[in-house]
Amino acid sequence: MKLTELASVIRSKNAGPYLLTLDVLFKDRACYEKFKAAGLMTEKKAAELYGINKDEVLSVIFFDPADALKITLNRPIVSGGYGDTDIYGAQQHAPLLNWKFDFEI
Amino acid sequence: MINPKEKIFKVLSPTAILGYGFPLDSFANGMKEKPDLIAVDGGSSDPGPHYLGSGKSFTDREGVKRDLAVMIEAGLKAKIPVVVGTCGGSGAKPHLDWCAEIVREIAMEHNFSFTMGLIPGDINPEIVKDAINTNRIFPLDHQTPLTEDKVDQSIHIVAQMGIEPFIEAHDQGCEVILAGRAYDPSGFAALAVMKGFDQGLALHMGKILECAAIAASPGSGSDCAMGILTEKSFILKPLSLERKFTRISVAAHSLYEKSDPYHLQGPGGSLNLEHCSFTELEEGMVKVEGTLFEASDKPTIKLEGASLAGYRTISIAGTRDPVLINTIDDVVEDVRERVQSFFPDMDINNSLHVSIYGARGVMGALEPEKVKGHELGILIEALGDDQNQADTICSMFRSTLLHYGYKGRIATAGNLAFPFSPSDISAGEVYRFSIYHLMETSGEILFPLTLENINGGKDETD
Repeated sequence: MKLTELASVIRSKNAGPYLLTLDVLFKDRACYEKFKAAGLMTEKKAAELYGINKDEVLSVIFFDPADALKITLNRPIVSGGYGDTDIYGAQQHAPLLNWKFDFEI
Repeated sequence: MINPKEKIFKVLSPTAILGYGFPLDSFANGMKEKPDLIAVDGGSSDPGPHYLGSGKSFTDREGVKRDLAVMIEAGLKAKIPVVVGTCGGSGAKPHLDWCAEIVREIAMEHNFSFTMGLIPGDINPEIVKDAINTNRIFPLDHQTPLTEDKVDQSIHIVAQMGIEPFIEAHDQGCEVILAGRAYDPSGFAALAVMKGFDQGLALHMGKILECAAIAASPGSGSDCAMGILTEKSFILKPLSLERKFTRISVAAHSLYEKSDPYHLQGPGGSLNLEHCSFTELEEGMVKVEGTLFEASDKPTIKLEGASLAGYRTISIAGTRDPVLINTIDDVVEDVRERVQSFFPDMDINNSLHVSIYGARGVMGALEPEKVKGHELGILIEALGDDQNQADTICSMFRSTLLHYGYKGRIATAGNLAFPFSPSDISAGEVYRFSIYHLMETSGEILFPLTLENINGGKDETD
C-alpha cells in the first residue's frame, strides 16, 4: 500500500535554513498506531527513499499527540544558498507519496 | 471551562505575518473578548537570506500599514499594548526603521498619540567577535565554526530576543512596542509572564499564536486567533465561524517548521511537550495543558547574519527535442566544460548552476526519480563578483548551449526555446546566510530599549 492511504497530510518544510523536515499526519489514531508498530519508517528507510546517506537523516520521530510522524534531513544546500532549488523546502515531499510498502490494515 | 475567579490573560493575534491582512469581522470578534494584548509576528527567516542581507522587507508596505493602523487604533481605544516582533521581516536596523516610519505615518494620519518602545535586534560585531574568542559561539544545524572574517563580511547580524526586552518595554508603559529580530513567541508571552503566568504555557501559547489561524482547521495565515491563558492551561479560540481548532490541528502545529516536536528550543531555555495534552472544547476551542519550560544552564541567543555572495544573472529556456532530452545531463556537462575553458582563472562550478525542470529542477540532489518529462525547462543561473561578470558567464553558457552540436543531433537550427527577449535577466545582489549560530551571552544588555513619544495630535498649543 501507499502512505497516502493512511495519511491525510504529507508535507515538507524548512526547519531553519539548514534542515528539511517532513511531516506525516495520519488519518486517525488507528492508522497511526498500526503504522508506528509496524516499524516501517526508520532512518535507513528515509535515506533509501531520498537516495541519500543515512547520516543525512537526522531523526525519525513519532509524535503521539498529533498522530504524526516527523523525519528531519540535512538540506543538501542551505536555504537560499547558491544552487538551492527550493527556498522554503515546501516541495520535497514526493518520495513519501510514491513510497509503496507491504502493510495490512 | 474557565473558573470565573481564575486569573486569565487574553492575547489577540490578528495575522500570521504583519502585512498578510485579516478580516475586520474576525478582529472585531477578538476585541469583543476584551484582550489584554494585541501581538503579531512581523517576520521570518524562511524567505531566505536576501531580506536580512539587503535590509528590505519581504512584506508589502501598504499591507503592513493597513494591518498596523487597525491594530493601533484598537489597542489605544482599549488601552492595551500592541506588540510587533521581528519588524520588517528580518528584524535588523533598516527593517525596524521601516516599520517605525510606518507607525509614525499612521499616527500623523489618524491623530494618534502614544508612547512607542523600540527594541533593536542587531548585535554589535565586536560582541560576536569577543564571543568567538572566548569560545561562546556554537554552530546550529551545521558544522561550520564562526570566524571573525564571517562576522566582518556580514552586512547585518541580528539575534532572536527572548521575553526580557519586551517585559522592560511593558514595564516602561509602552503602548506600541516594535522589536527587531525576536524569538517568535516572545512578544506574545512577555506581558503574561510579567503578570505572573506560567512561562512554559505562555511561550507555548505564543508559539501557536504567532501563526494566528494557521493552527486552526481550515488553517489560514491571514485570519485572527485568540489565546486565553489561565493558571494551569491555555485555550485557543477561533474568531471566525469558518474555522475551528481541533486536537490534531493544534498538536500538529507543534511539528511545523521544527525538527523535534517534543522539545522546542528558544532563548533562555526550551519548551518540553512530552507531557502535553490537547483537549477539544465546545465552539472550536482547544485546551492545552502540561507544557513545561526548562531553563537552560547557560543563557544563549540565536544569531543570524547574511553576507553578499555576489551578483546573479539568469536565463530561462525550454527544450522539446527528445534527442536532447535523453542526453541533457551530458550536454550540460560538455557545455559547462567549454565555458570553463573561456574562464581559465575561475572555477565555473562556483558560478554556474543549471536546473533542469522536468527532471531534477525542484529536488536537485534529493530527487530519486529518474524519469524525465517530454519537455524540459532549463534554468541557467550565473553568479559573478559583479553584475557584468554574471551577465558574461550566463551569456556564454546560454549561447554555447543554444548552438552546441551534441551527439545525435537532428535539429540543427537551435537547441533552446526562449520565452523572452532579451533571454537573460540581470537579477542583482545575492546574499547568503553567513551566521546561524548560538551565542552564550555574558550578561551584557544586547537589546536596549528606546522610548519615543509619538504626538500625532494637533499641536498642543493650538
